Amino acid sequence: MPKTIKITMTVNDSTAEFEAEPRELLIHSLRNRLDITGPHIGCETSHCGACTVTLDGKSVKSCTVFVGQANGADVRTIEGLGTPDSLHSLQEAFREHHGLQCGYCTPGMIMRAAKLLEEIPNPTEEEVRFGMAGNICRCTGYQNIVKSIMAAARDMNEEGEVAQ
Amino acid sequence: MIPAAFDYHRPRDMAGVLDILETYGDDARVLAGGHSLIPMMKLRMAEVPHLIDLQDVNGLGGIEIGNGTIVIGAMTTQNEIIQSDALAAAAPIMRETSLQIADPQVRSMGTLGGNVANGDPGNDMPALMQCLNADFTLVSASGERTVAARDYYEGPYMTKRGDDEVLTAVSFAAPEGGHAYVKQKRKIGDYATAAAAVQIVREGDACSRASIAMTNLGDTPILSAGASAALAGTAVGQQDIHAATTAMLGDTEPVEDNRGPVDFKRHVAAVILRRAIELAWSRS
Ligand SMILES: Cc1cc2nc3c(=O)[nH]c(=O)nc-3n(C[C@H](O)[C@H](O)[C@H](O)COP(=O)(O)OP(=O)(O)OC[C@H]3O[C@@H](n4cnc5c(N)ncnc54)[C@H](O)[C@@H]3O)c2cc1C
Ligand code: FES
Ligand code: FES
Repeated sequence: MPKTIKITMTVNDSTAEFEAEPRELLIHSLRNRLDITGPHIGCETSHCGACTVTLDGKSVKSCTVFVGQANGADVRTIEGLGTPDSLHSLQEAFREHHGLQCGYCTPGMIMRAAKLLEEIPNPTEEEVRFGMAGNICRCTGYQNIVKSIMAAARDMNEEGEVAQ
Repeated sequence: MIPAAFDYHRPRDMAGVLDILETYGDDARVLAGGHSLIPMMKLRMAEVPHLIDLQDVNGLGGIEIGNGTIVIGAMTTQNEIIQSDALAAAAPIMRETSLQIADPQVRSMGTLGGNVANGDPGNDMPALMQCLNADFTLVSASGERTVAARDYYEGPYMTKRGDDEVLTAVSFAAPEGGHAYVKQKRKIGDYATAAAAVQIVREGDACSRASIAMTNLGDTPILSAGASAALAGTAVGQQDIHAATTAMLGDTEPVEDNRGPVDFKRHVAAVILRRAIELAWSRS
C-alpha cells in the first residue's frame, strides 16, 4: 500500500482534514474528497487554467500542485467568492456582460480575475488580457470576458469610493 | 495523469535536505515550484521515489542588491522577480525575461532556482544567466562551491550539478548598458522557438562590449562569443548586426521539432537577435 499522510488545510475558511497519498493532485482532493467541484479539470496539464484556485494568496493551477505541497495551506475556490443570493462583482459582471457561454472555464477565469484585480485594481484592457493569459476559453472569444472584468473593476472601485 | 507513488519529505532546513539526499542518492530529488518536475512525473517521464519539497527550507528566498552585486535565492519565484522594483532598476532584463515565461499562474509557482537547475534548453533563464555571467551556488554535505552559468550546462537535463547538490542562490554583477530579452513563441505561455538575451555597453558612438546568449537553439543555452565580438568596437550599424547574427548562427544547432524545421528556426533566430540588439542598443 502506498503511504498516506495526514493533510490539514483551510478551504474557503473551513478546516479540511483527511488522509491522502502525497502524490494526489490538489484538484482531485478538492473535487473528489471535499466535493468542491467549482474548480474544473480542462486539460490536467497546466495549460488551460480551469482548475485555478488561490493557494496562500497566489493564483495557481491546482492540477499542478501535489496535495502534500498544500498541506497546511489556505485554499480559496469559486465557492468562497460569492453566493447565489449575493454574487461577487465579478460574477455579477460575467452574467451581465455575457462573460460565459458553456461556463466550463468560468470558475478558473473568475478566481484568476479576482486575484488580478487585487494586484491591479484599475487595469487597462491590455493588462487584463496579459493577466488572464493562463486561462483558456473555447467559447466566448475572450471579448466579453475582458469586458466583464473591466466592468467589475469599475464596479469594485466605485463601491470602494462609496465605502470611503 | 497520476505520477508513481513517492515518499514526501518536507524538511525545515538545508541540513535536513542534504541528509535525505545522502540517504537516498539519486532516488531523491528536490521539488521547488514543481512546474517542470510535476508535469514530467505525471507523464511518468520522471520517477522520484523520494521527493523533497523545499518550501519550508529557510534561507532560500530573497533578492539582495548591494555593492554592484545581485544575489537571488533559489526559491524566488518568477512573480517575485517581476514584482521587485529594486531588481528591475538594477537589472531590468530580469523582469523583461520573467514576463515572457509561461503565464501568471505558472510564474507564481515557478522559481529561478528550478528554472536554471532543470537543464531544459527550453527554459529562458539559463541563457540570460550566461549573458549576465552569473554564478550558481551549490551546496552538498561536503560543502559549498560555485559554478559559472557559462560552464554549468552539458546537455539536455545534464548539468554540472551532482545528485547530492542543491542550488541555493544565483549571483551576478549588476549589468551595465542597454538590455533586451526578445523571444519568439507560437502562443503566449509557450517555450521559445528562439530567444535572445543581450546586454550592450556603449562608449560614445561605439559599442565597447556586448554579451549575447540564445535560448532553445541547441542542447544547452548558447553563449555566442562570436556575436558579441562582432559588435565590439562598431557603431552597431546594419552590417555589424548582420555579422553578429551570422556569427550566432554558426554557434547554434537547432533541430526540427513541433516548433518548425531547422531553416525556419535559423531564420527566426536571426530576426530575434537583430531585434534584441537594436532594442538593447537603443536603451544603451
Ligand atoms: C504551461 C507551462 C509553460 C511554461 N513555459 C515556460 C517558458 O516559457 N519558459 C520557461 O523558462 N519555463 C517555462 N515553464 C517552466 C516553468 O518556468 C518552471 O516552473 C521552471 O522551469 C522550473 O521551476 P520550478 O520551480 O517549477 O522547478 P521544479 O519543477 O520544482 O524543478 C525542476 C527541476 O529542477 C530541480 N530543482 C529545482 N530547484 C532546485 C534547486 N534549488 N537545487 C537543485 N535542483 C533543483 C528539480 O529537482 C527538478 O529536476 C513552463 C511551465 C508550464 C507548466
Ligand atoms: S486542468 Fe489545470 S490547467 Fe487545465
Ligand atoms: S465559456 Fe465555454 S470554455 Fe469558456
